[in-house]
Amino acid sequence: MKLLTHNMLTSHVKGVTKGYPLLIKATEVKVNEVDFNPKFVCRMIPKLEWSALVQAADQLGHREDLPGELVPDYEKNEDFLRKVHRVLLEVEVIEGCLQCPESGREFPISRGIPNMLLNEDEA
Amino acid sequence: MKLKELESCLQQVDTFEEPKILLEQYPTSPHIAACMLYTIHNTFDDIEGKLVADFGCGCGVLSIGAAMLDAGLCVGFEIDEDALEIFRRNAEEFELSNVDLLQCDLCHLEAEAYGQKFDTVIMNPPFGTKHNQGMDMKFLRAALTMSKKAVYSLHKTSTREHIQKKANDWGVKMEVIAELRYDLPASYRFHKKKSVDIQVDFLRFSKT
Repeated sequence: MKLLTHNMLTSHVKGVTKGYPLLIKATEVKVNEVDFNPKFVCRMIPKLEWSALVQAADQLGHREDLPGELVPDYEKNEDFLRKVHRVLLEVEVIEGCLQCPESGREFPISRGIPNMLLNEDEA
Repeated sequence: MKLKELESCLQQVDTFEEPKILLEQYPTSPHIAACMLYTIHNTFDDIEGKLVADFGCGCGVLSIGAAMLDAGLCVGFEIDEDALEIFRRNAEEFELSNVDLLQCDLCHLEAEAYGQKFDTVIMNPPFGTKHNQGMDMKFLRAALTMSKKAVYSLHKTSTREHIQKKANDWGVKMEVIAELRYDLPASYRFHKKKSVDIQVDFLRFSKT
């Protein structure tokens, strides 16, 4: 699971009103090289919940010096875009789980794939 | 990349070992997948550098093709663990780093939470026959909610009028890009013939 995907994920457990952002408890994290596409990263940034991305990178020990606030004029800042590229697309959670911030329900991540399926009584 | 090249690459994608009837696991043939993706890419520019979702991705033939055409990232949504495991192995063999996978039930997903996050949604949904009535429309509804620009999908030609009516109700534009003959190999025991051709529309839905 890449952090771009995580940035969109919400817990839909019945009764939960704020299932976002999901906490990441990782036991295995990998960094895979991905071709840098500055245009794509630029287009993704406005769609992101920035604080959730920073928090996620932090939880995985991969925040490095990613700023807590989105920097102005990032379109021209290649250094910054490369950092965002790295956390969005290169850092991947292989094993662990995601935890709903409200209900505490855990969603396992196995071989890089989060299992967001709910039991019948939770949906 | 040429259409022929794409198709021959997609022939290397492994598909279902034991298709499940309840989930209507019919694989998308490499030929159909390549034609779809090639048109989406060349005619509409909806893949390269885009955030793409593949609904009911199965073993991943559409996602893998989209990734080969340089999608920014393609996220596969699938309920079935066995299909996802085959997809994961496929992605590994193709050495693709721009795909991601999610196990979830699209029928229970609150699509609003993902409102327009994706640029493009591609899918070959369950046709919604037998035990799955209406499933194709549930997929389509979720896809339209989650995409910003366009949804590409395959539907039985016999349901075209019904889908057109729904598209009108939802305020989206529907175009028939191609009429295909979908060759369903006899995947299941209840199929008596060796294979059967069904008429399928390749549809594009866009926000107006």
